[in-house]
Amino acid sequence: MASTAVSNPAVNNSDRSLLRRKKKKKIPNQNQNLRNQAQAAQTEWKSDTQQQAYSSKLLQALRRVRITGGAAPKGGRAVRDAADRVLAVAAKGRTRWSRAILTNRIKLKFMKNSASHKRQRVTVTTGNSRWQKKPRVSILRLKTKNLPAFQRKARVLGRLVPGCRKQPLPVILEEATDYIAALEMQVRAMTALTQLLSGASSSSSSSSASSSSSSSVNALNQLGSSRHPPAS
Amino acid sequence: MSSRRSRSRHSAASRITDDQIIDLVSKLQQLLPELRNRCSDKVSAARVLQETCNYIRSLHREVDDLSERLSELLANSDTSQAALIRSLLSQQS
Repeated sequence: MASTAVSNPAVNNSDRSLLRRKKKKKIPNQNQNLRNQAQAAQTEWKSDTQQQAYSSKLLQALRRVRITGGAAPKGGRAVRDAADRVLAVAAKGRTRWSRAILTNRIKLKFMKNSASHKRQRVTVTTGNSRWQKKPRVSILRLKTKNLPAFQRKARVLGRLVPGCRKQPLPVILEEATDYIAALEMQVRAMTALTQLLSGASSSSSSSSASSSSSSSVNALNQLGSSRHPPAS
Repeated sequence: MSSRRSRSRHSAASRITDDQIIDLVSKLQQLLPELRNRCSDKVSAARVLQETCNYIRSLHREVDDLSERLSELLANSDTSQAALIRSLLSQQS
């Protein structure tokens, strides 16, 4: 839009006023683009292909965790870390929380600072104790934005979503929206994976229900073979 | 509203509008299973934030539980099933 104004050098004053008006209009247009991107990302987290891709990548990561299980923390924590890492990779760097998860991994790897883990857990428990108080305001007009109760809840939310501790309110809200969609997909994928694996293990140990084992084998096969091309 | 006008004059510098935040909060409300069907007049923004925090925490707990179960499943099935997974994964690695 600014280019059309520049290409008509006939009337300078109107061009300048046009540019000024168009600069003001740019901001809502940018917001509209961001909103469309956010909506597209939202639907993507719900898609089956995204879940399949996540599940297969998670399987690969878990297999790596098992084989090199010596140095890494064992048990559920290792699985949780791998699941979060694969989730962050699936976000393709579009969101702050995904980038924060990946950079935290690298920081922890190189600095071997497990104190940050403990610090995170401590903040979560103190946040729990705050929810005893009921919110006193019950109107949706945004005069509540400046109330201390609202600000407090916004800060707690900022601490829950990775990478959003010092971000302003609209950033926290946007990141939380995408983060919730991603977490829901993570839960769906891991639940399906757990059912598959428990079905496969129970049927292989009993070796009587061949049909169920073959169906779970087929599902595992699909997960293993559904590989997306490397991200361009 | 005069309050909105004065606020927008202040927030024009920071480029954050009330409408933007209201929009984001309502979008967040649509995601929450607890608040999805309530009309937005009766739900305060603080309530939405509180439910968001609770929901994220419960999702974290679910992921932790699932991680525990997955790690047990992968650890305990050292027999044919692990070999099965390994063979499946090694086919396309």
